[in-house]
Amino acid sequence: MHTRKRTPLIRHAFFSLVVMSAGVLIENTYYLQVLTFIGINAILALGLNMLMGYAGQVSLGHAAFYGIGAYTAAILSGTMGFSPWAALICAPVIAILVAFIVGIPTLKLSGYYLAMGTLGFGMIVHILLREWSSVTGGASGFIGIPALKAGPIVFLPGKSYFFLVWSLLFICILLCERLLASRMGRALRSIRDSENASRAVGVNTRALKLQVFMFSAALGALAGFLYAHFVGFISPGSFDFLVSVKIVTMVVIGGMASVWGALLGAATLTLLPEVLHGFAEFEMLVYGTILMTVMIFMPRGLTRGLLDIYEKTRKH
Amino acid sequence: MKKRENIDINGRNILVVESLTRAFGGVQALNRVSFSIRRGEVYGLLGPNGAGKTTLFNIITGIYPPDRGAVVFNGVDIVNRKPYERVIDGMARTFQNIELFENMTVLENVLVGMHVRTTCGFWGAVLRWPWVKREEARSVAKAMELLDFVGLSSRAHVRAGDLPFGWQRLVETARALASDPMLLLLDEPAAGLNAVETEQLRKLIEKIRQIGITQILVEHDVSLTMGISDRIIVLDRGTKLAEGTPAEIRNHPKVMTAYLGNSPIPADR
Repeated sequence: MHTRKRTPLIRHAFFSLVVMSAGVLIENTYYLQVLTFIGINAILALGLNMLMGYAGQVSLGHAAFYGIGAYTAAILSGTMGFSPWAALICAPVIAILVAFIVGIPTLKLSGYYLAMGTLGFGMIVHILLREWSSVTGGASGFIGIPALKAGPIVFLPGKSYFFLVWSLLFICILLCERLLASRMGRALRSIRDSENASRAVGVNTRALKLQVFMFSAALGALAGFLYAHFVGFISPGSFDFLVSVKIVTMVVIGGMASVWGALLGAATLTLLPEVLHGFAEFEMLVYGTILMTVMIFMPRGLTRGLLDIYEKTRKH
Repeated sequence: MKKRENIDINGRNILVVESLTRAFGGVQALNRVSFSIRRGEVYGLLGPNGAGKTTLFNIITGIYPPDRGAVVFNGVDIVNRKPYERVIDGMARTFQNIELFENMTVLENVLVGMHVRTTCGFWGAVLRWPWVKREEARSVAKAMELLDFVGLSSRAHVRAGDLPFGWQRLVETARALASDPMLLLLDEPAAGLNAVETEQLRKLIEKIRQIGITQILVEHDVSLTMGISDRIIVLDRGTKLAEGTPAEIRNHPKVMTAYLGNSPIPADR
């Protein structure tokens, strides 16, 4: 299942090539916008995948970190007048601190209880964002988030932002792959297979789970930062329970415990609603049917499912 | 495998258990059990079901604490140490029902066993310093050496869950040895093994003894325990029934009546 050893370089080169040519060739602003959203969602899914897919801990409150990142970016640059880039560091740092505080009691739970605990955390953050209107702008949202600038380049929706998001996504993928191939990654994967044995061979599972939780929170906040400066206007609705569920779905559909699966899952779940606009009021019906079909026929996710089909056809 | 130096921190006893007592609800699982284990010996732990073997095992490895009593490892009372800290101290264990990391390869299983003896953390993993690469290479080399030691080096890259049961037990043993233990606790290692595999196990225990690692053997298989242990303790309903060499245990009147129903224990296979 882990073919990391074989040819990561080739895959990375291929990935960069596809992204580069997409960025150069595509002129349509709408397509670029959808691709940028795919990138942002992939960073979100990547983070949750480390926690869910590898450490085996379900979080139903991941949108909270997404929201914390977005609002940190908005408040730092919009209200306080800092350089928008300040939040690139500050948003993940704040999310890491929050994850540390929330994680200590929460990660003592497991299974359904952990899911409920993180669900509660997600709701609290959502309510905070909605009700603390003097700071967050409340339910009507936060207007006037400045654009990111670097010298002469202004990152506006379009090519520049597409490249920004996908470069950061590429760095995140590298980060995750390196982590997973290391001593830490092995310990992490061991927790998923048998937490009991993991502890018995000397892994401090509680500390490790907390670390991964903090790492996934940082990626969530990074995605939030990118989202806030991309759309320029944010409201609490973008970070509610349904968004948490959507991130979980991306990870499950793409295939748990697979870095590239997270990317595929994010792409699928971002593209589907766009493609299905034609179905008008039946959109949700078709959407749900597709997700159900994937889970029935490819219970281990799209990545694994497609690989299985590929291997089968090659044998014949 | 090199024979490890006999670190003599506190005399010849590696583990001293003092009047351990533990009750579950109204059941007295252990009642003032005391014994001590000498460096380098194979110490057998026998007893019928419900004798308190598992309770004793779990208290020594730190799954739960005793109600009263002390566990002194290398001269230090470790009753309050967490299971993973005891691995750092030099204890390792295997499981009766084999708990491997099934979705990882055999090699990776052993590498996880090295966790407490390696140091690469988050930044090391991300930045891949030269020392991280060296540490990784050393770990892999040592893991292969251990797999060779248990006779599984040709299966290093197989998914652990795909191995037959008997081999999984060997992987588990290699994983336990990977943490450089001074004391290895084997929880019913012969459970589920056939006669050939049991014989291989006996040889492996002998090999581990030769590299200087003390072993506690919790077993149902009387003839295996009798054949390989230096000393044996027999538990019955939470109390110590007898302690001594296999020969002494074989002729112990209490053991004969209470545990073995009067028939003398068979000699070595």
